This record gives sequence, structure tokens and C-alpha cells, in this order.
Amino acid sequence: MVHDSALDVYRSALPVILVSLVAGLFAGTILGSETMRAGIESVPGLLLLLPAFLATRGGVYGSLGARLSSGLHQGVIEPRFERDERLTNAVVASFVNGMAVSVFIAVVAYLVLLVSGGEGSLLQLVGVMVIAGFLSALLMLSVLVAVVFVGYRRGYDPDNIVGPLVTTLGDVFGVFFLLVGVVLVGWVL
Amino acid sequence: MLPLLAGLSVLQMVSGSVLEAFEETLLAYPSLLILVPVQIGTAGNLASIMCARLSTQLHLGTFELDPSNPDVRANTLAILGLAATVFLAVGVAAWAIGQVLGGSLSLLEVFTISMVSGMALAVLVVVLSVLSVWGSFRLGYDPDDTTIPIVTNVCDITGVLILFAVASVVI
Repeated sequence: MVHDSALDVYRSALPVILVSLVAGLFAGTILGSETMRAGIESVPGLLLLLPAFLATRGGVYGSLGARLSSGLHQGVIEPRFERDERLTNAVVASFVNGMAVSVFIAVVAYLVLLVSGGEGSLLQLVGVMVIAGFLSALLMLSVLVAVVFVGYRRGYDPDNIVGPLVTTLGDVFGVFFLLVGVVLVGWVL
Repeated sequence: MLPLLAGLSVLQMVSGSVLEAFEETLLAYPSLLILVPVQIGTAGNLASIMCARLSTQLHLGTFELDPSNPDVRANTLAILGLAATVFLAVGVAAWAIGQVLGGSLSLLEVFTISMVSGMALAVLVVVLSVLSVWGSFRLGYDPDDTTIPIVTNVCDITGVLILFAVASVVI
């Protein structure tokens, strides 16, 4: 076939879009829940850092996924769960990136609050982001490596799995772990 | 990697500031909070489909920056069709979940906000995707590497802006 037909594109894209729609609605429901709304009220700056936090999930773990799938395609990473220098390096780099960006976001959000004359607690924001960043790192790293390896062994091209997986998990669990962070920090502080 | 992520996080504070400015409205109407991740996520998905398809066509040599190009037309139509389907479902779902969470917006209000902001965002996705594929080709970058991060990030930020512009007119 030389040219795309609108209907074909529509038909092939709709299932993926609908799956991520359900994930987005889950994320939204957590965000709109009473606990989360109470958290938003008690942690000034939470809404400010929300879009940045969600967006970096894609950046950090999307690039890990891309690196894993390139490694598998080139044969430099074996799809087995064992100690491997390349695999360990890729995973550790994403973890460090994920944590560093989370803390950075908390600090920037605090500075924006300061400049705009609002009130905020740096300790509270950093605490929430460290917890949310750490939990999402654990989940995203383990699920991503597991799904990409198992998928690859079963003959699925990891390039096609990584994108939707990262968006879907990142949205749902990003918001959920943010809520966990708010609750835990609320207990401590 | 890290400097890029840090730069994007700072950019994302623009949408964060909009959310923060609308905090009271958001807390009063949970349906709007439900719309935030869905609208941004869907726009990102539509953008990655459009960009990936157009870059493939560029590599195959059938892409042309011309509204009469059959591939550009077919993809535009498909993206607008997908957007209409999804944002229709989103409007109804966000209203229903909002009711359960204690919201007071009517079905018509939530539906209008979802459809109008969603379709505006979809048009933006189409325009940005075509321009960024063309632009990155002209500048000598492989659009497979550049266009998706650019368009999804711009859509994250404008998505929130459009959502609240429409919401403040409707409510």
C-alpha cells in the first residue's frame, strides 16, 4: 500500500489510545479523590510540581526502555535476569536520573512558590518527591525490565511495548505514589 | 540526559503554575482534576502516532508539507477522528466519576469542556507534528529522535492552558 487511509490509521491506533485512556482515567480518579484533594490543600506547591513530575517519568524510563530494546536488538544485552554490567549500568543510571530529577523538581517548585509570594515548605516538597520518585523508580525499573525481557523472548519487538507501557504505568503510578508520598510526609512532619 | 530533564521540568512549571492558580476551582470540581492527566496523556499519544507516521513517510520519501498530500490528509483525519472518539468518552467518564467523588458540574458542562479543549488540542497536535517533522528534516535532524519529545512537551503545557481557558469560559 502506498498511501495511508484515515480509517486504517484510526482502526490500528484506537485500541492503544483506549487502553491509555483507561489508565489516564484511573490517574485522574486518584487525583480527584478526597484524600488527594486534602493532600493538595495541605501541601502548597503540589499542583505546581505535578506536571513536571509526570512528564519526567516518560523521559527517564522511556529512555531506559529505548536503551534496553536497542541493546537486545544488537545482542549486547541478553534477555535474562542475571548480573550483567550493561544492564546494571542502564538501570542504575535511570535510578540516579529519576531521583535527581525528582529532588530538582521539588526545589524548583519551592523557588517558584517563594518568588510568587506563596508559602511552602522545602522539606515537605522534597520529602514527597523523594518518596514518590523512589517508589516509581522501583516499580518502573522492575516492571520495565521484566516485561521487555519476557516480551522479547516471546517474539515481541520491545520498541513497540516500551512506549505504551511507560505512559500507562507512569501516569497511574506517578499520581498514586505522589499520594503515598503526601500521606507519609504528613505523618512524619 | 540530566540537563535536558532538568530543563524540561522547569518548562513544565508553566503548566504547574496554571494548575496552582486554579487550585480552588480544581478542588471544588473533581471532574476537572480527572481531566488533567487524561487530556495531557491523550494529546501525547496522538502526537506520538502522528509524528511517528509522518517521520516514516519522510524516510520513505512520500512526505510533503502540503495540505493536498494524501498521507498528511489521511493522518490528520484519523487523528481528529481518534480525538473525537476519545474526548467524547472522556467527557462522560469524567462527569460520572466526578459525581461519585462529590462534584457538582453538569454532564453538559464537563462534556463541553472535554470536547472543546480536546479538539482544540488535537488540531494543535496535527499542526505541531507536521511543522516539527518538516522543521527537523530541514535542519538535518532525524525526526524520529526529535519530534515526539518536542510535540509531547509542548502539548503537556498547552494542554493545561487550553483546558483551563475552556473551563473558565464554561463554568
